[in-house]
Amino acid sequence: MREILFHLFAALTLVPALFVALSRNPVNAAMNMILSFIGLAALFVMLETYFLAVLQVLVYAGAIVVLFLFIIMLIDAKNSPKAGLVSSLAATVALALMVTGLLALVYSGESGPFAEAGEWAPAAEARTFGVELFTRYLLPFQITGFMLLMAMIGVIVISRKEPIVVEEGQAQ
Amino acid sequence: MNSIPLEYYLLVTGLLFAIGFFGVLLRRNTLVIFMCLELMLGACILGLIAFSRFNATIDNPMMGGNIFVLFIIAIAACEVAVGLAIIVALWRRQQTVDVSEITALKN
Repeated sequence: MREILFHLFAALTLVPALFVALSRNPVNAAMNMILSFIGLAALFVMLETYFLAVLQVLVYAGAIVVLFLFIIMLIDAKNSPKAGLVSSLAATVALALMVTGLLALVYSGESGPFAEAGEWAPAAEARTFGVELFTRYLLPFQITGFMLLMAMIGVIVISRKEPIVVEEGQAQ
Repeated sequence: MNSIPLEYYLLVTGLLFAIGFFGVLLRRNTLVIFMCLELMLGACILGLIAFSRFNATIDNPMMGGNIFVLFIIAIAACEVAVGLAIIVALWRRQQTVDVSEITALKN
C-alpha cells in the first residue's frame, strides 16, 4: 500500500514539475507548480513530517503561487517564444547528464548503505518544532523575523512608482 | 513504520532538482525561471527532510534538518516577494521579462 502511494505521489511531484519546465504559458506553469508542491507535501506526509507538509501547502501552494499568478496578471505575460536550438540542446544535455549521474550513483551501490527508518519520528508532532525553535534555535528564529521585515520594506521601496530623488546637499 | 527505503526519496529529490535545472536553462521568461528555481528549492527541502527522518534516533532526534527546512520556507517567501518586486520594476522600465532582451549591464 505504501509503495503504491509513494509511486503515486512521486509521479504527482515529478510530472507536473516537467510540465512547469516545458509549458510556454506562464499560467499553466503556475498551475502545474501547485500540483507539484501538493505532491511534495504528500511525500512529507509519507515521511511523517506533518507540520512541514501543512506549511508547504500553506506557504508554497497557497501564498507563493498566488503571488506568481498575481504578477503574471499584472505584467500581462505572453506565451514565451519557442526555445532556441542552443538553449534547448544545452538544457537537454544538462538534464541527461544529471539523471545519468543520479542513476549511476543509486545503482552503483557506492552511495549506501543508508540508515533504516526507525519507529520513532520526532518531527511527527508540531510540539517538537516549538521546543527546538524556542530553545536551541532562538537567535536564528528572531533573525528570520527581522529578515521578513526587511523583505517587506525592500519590496515596498523597490515597487514604488517614482524613483526617490535625492536633492543636492540634503539627504532624504 | 516506514517501509520505503531512503534511496527512493533521494531519487525523487535528484530528479526534481534536475527538472528544475532543466527548466532554468530552457526557458527565457523570468517568471518561469523563477518558478523552476522554486522547484529546485523544493527538491532540496525533500532531501533534508528525508535524511533527518531516516537518521533520527532516541538519543539524537535530528531536528536540525527539519528546523532548517522551516527557515528555508521562511526565507523562500522573502526571496519570492523581493524577486517578483524586481520583476515588476523591470517590467515598468523595459516592458519585457525576457532574459535575452535584458542587456542593460552588458558591455
